[in-house]
Amino acid sequence: MARTGKIAEPAPPAPDPAPGIPAALRGSVQVRHVDAGSCNGCEIEIGAAFGPVYDAERYGARLVASPRHADALLVTGAVTHNMAQPLRLTHAATPDPKVVIACGDCALGVGPVCAGHGVAGTVADVVGVDVTVPGCPPRPEAIVAALRSVTGR
Amino acid sequence: MSAAVAILLQVCVVVAAAPGVAGVTRQVRARLEGRVGAGVLQPYRDLRKLFAKRPLQASGTSWVTRAAPVLLVASSLVVAALVPVVTTQALPDVPGDLFVVVSVLLVGSVAVALLGLDAGSAFGGMGSSRHMMITALVEPTVLLAVYALSVPVDSSALGDIVGARHEDLTSIASPGGLLAVAALAVVVVAETGRLPVDNPSTHLELTMVHEAMVLEASGRDLARIELASWLRLTVLLALVVNLVAPWGIATSTTALALLVGTLAVVTKTALLAAVLGAAEIGLAKLRLFRVPELLAGSFALAFLAVTAAYLV
Repeated sequence: MARTGKIAEPAPPAPDPAPGIPAALRGSVQVRHVDAGSCNGCEIEIGAAFGPVYDAERYGARLVASPRHADALLVTGAVTHNMAQPLRLTHAATPDPKVVIACGDCALGVGPVCAGHGVAGTVADVVGVDVTVPGCPPRPEAIVAALRSVTGR
Repeated sequence: MSAAVAILLQVCVVVAAAPGVAGVTRQVRARLEGRVGAGVLQPYRDLRKLFAKRPLQASGTSWVTRAAPVLLVASSLVVAALVPVVTTQALPDVPGDLFVVVSVLLVGSVAVALLGLDAGSAFGGMGSSRHMMITALVEPTVLLAVYALSVPVDSSALGDIVGARHEDLTSIASPGGLLAVAALAVVVVAETGRLPVDNPSTHLELTMVHEAMVLEASGRDLARIELASWLRLTVLLALVVNLVAPWGIATSTTALALLVGTLAVVTKTALLAAVLGAAEIGLAKLRLFRVPELLAGSFALAFLAVTAAYLV
């Protein structure tokens, strides 16, 4: 580690804060990731965004293990019939104030699998979406920028 | 100033410093992983946000879920008042006796174990059973280690023990004292849920101990639980550091002595927290069934410490 030093990329300038984000979440956002029917391409990019190189944790975002601990739901994938109700329950289990981030083209209804027979709809059809991250899959920089627009750092 | 004012100041110092101690360990870990890190102040932001959120109650939970976080934070505050952190002075009626401190710690442990059981989820009950197993192994070692320290002083009050070590610095290097502090350091790591006994930053439910019990807590309740676990970490780290290096601790209740004591304990505890963060980088979590071996080892150290305290 002494030889390698810091491997995190230098921080890009902060993006504009997203509109409608509750003031209570400034500086600290715990994120619960929900896979509502993703191909796991977005998951790899989310893993990269929280890894040492992009280091989303430096902006105050942190992945947590329970929706009870969360302030934000990071939803990926076209919502399948089987995952629509779990997504609603996860949303209900998250204490207010909360935000929903729809991550990836499938979650926004324009991805490659959205016409499949098992798909119930987009994330916005099931729960209200506050922030969107387009891309198939979205680059880690885009995910980090969306999280920063929520934390405001 | 009276002892009560000094103790009140000590509790305030511990509460103000506790999120910072957690922040220092996280920041040191992040830096050693090659990250930038969220900063030492991130736990303060997390607390401010959590206290602004209304907790959700899972259906079927009882009053235990509402009472346990309050009881946990209250017991941690009592421990912060009983353990010599800033000053060795104790409250006149409630001496910082080691049996009292261990019992109050146990009240908090039982409260959080009941919290894990109350929601009736599988992971919560699993975490509670693991937590009680570790607690049952930790408590005898704590008692025995502090007993070994109390033998040369002829008092089981923690304030007297730290005060005696402050006056006679050679007693710190005695074989009994060194063994007892080594045993105490291992059980502090287990009691506060740090690596290698429990991983505070895990996301994998199957490996969780403390995190599994608090999976159902949210909002203000979660803030109280987080604050209480940081308070325990801070107080126990400060106790270990005051036993190893009691320099600067206030032995009187004058304003100057308390100021020096506060600055000394904040510096020393921050250093120990940084060492803890750096040490955790090189550690993996132990398999649960290997944890009793580690704790039995620390019990053996404490037992040797008692023997050495009588022989030397």
